[in-house]
Amino acid sequence: MKKRMAMRTGTIAWLVFLFALCAHAQFSGPGAVQSSSAFSIPQAQVIQAEALNKMLQKGGAAKPLVLQVGSHVLFAQAHIPGSEYAGAGSQPEGLQTLQQRVSSLSRKATIVLYCGCCPWNRCPNVGPAFAKLREMGFTNVKVLYLADNFGTDWVGKGYAVEKGR
Amino acid sequence: MAQMNGTERSTAACRPWRKNKSAPRMGRPASVAHRACLLRFFALPALLIAIGVAAGSAQETAPSLLHKKAPEFSLTDLQGRPVDLKAYRGKVVLLNFWATWCAPCQLEMPRFVSWQEQYAARGLQIVGISMDDDPALVRSLSTRLKLNYPVAMGDEKLGELYGGILGLPVTYLIGRDGEVDAEFRGETDLNAMEEQLKALLDSK
Repeated sequence: MKKRMAMRTGTIAWLVFLFALCAHAQFSGPGAVQSSSAFSIPQAQVIQAEALNKMLQKGGAAKPLVLQVGSHVLFAQAHIPGSEYAGAGSQPEGLQTLQQRVSSLSRKATIVLYCGCCPWNRCPNVGPAFAKLREMGFTNVKVLYLADNFGTDWVGKGYAVEKGR
Repeated sequence: MAQMNGTERSTAACRPWRKNKSAPRMGRPASVAHRACLLRFFALPALLIAIGVAAGSAQETAPSLLHKKAPEFSLTDLQGRPVDLKAYRGKVVLLNFWATWCAPCQLEMPRFVSWQEQYAARGLQIVGISMDDDPALVRSLSTRLKLNYPVAMGDEKLGELYGGILGLPVTYLIGRDGEVDAEFRGETDLNAMEEQLKALLDSK
């Protein structure tokens, strides 16, 4: 009887473990998303929060230009220190603002785009903004991967923020 | 049946890294004892890791407003009418932060329209706060979705009052006494939300 109980507990535990792993992979990996504008961004161009934070702390010449391409209201509440609001990537006017902001920069400049308005696979802004910069000839563009939103995946992880427009 | 003292049990009972060469213990065939030992050895760590992984995926950021007075605000809706949270005291308020660029928000809103119609007589008032930058887009989507409840434009001050609206949708259920009864961040099970709403409507 005890043997059976132990076997059942073990099997259930492994099932729970596998389920949790699958759920975690589904919500944490950019590669897991199949149908979204953010999905059009090559995995090599996706940067994780920890890596970006390290780049920003290091400073110097390696410091990228960080542009938020989502909501201005969300940006005003909290944004990555030193980042700029560059228009919503889902709107033609937003893309125009982005174009104007970067037009004078070297096409080799390191630019990091982020939004975090919605879960990665639902974000309407980063995909078009990334495509615009590629179309303009920028070769060193990264997009910050925020699985759920800026609140959970940047602020909630304790990385620094600034307020204001 | 042979008895084992406590020391023997703890040291000899379970060593899954060893091949099961020893003689059967306590009347069990060696392979079964070894298998049960393996299960015991891995079951607890697996459960702990599973719980840790699940908790990690469900991180929340904003400080909760649960069971606190809902922060008051006074705005004007898209039709120019006042939207004052205090004026809804005595009603159950569903306060929904949304935006036109938020796809999950747009999945929710048709349900909110039907709830406003279905539960108005029981004292429900839905209030939409758009976190968009451009009211023209909000007006056009509100018309297309036939929203039957007031929608006002929010801003960063209102967002901060509600603990930071740094991702959408965010919805609060506010009781007749003005206290926050439930808080939903991100994509939500709307059936569960409706159940909580109905329970709140039933309470006096």
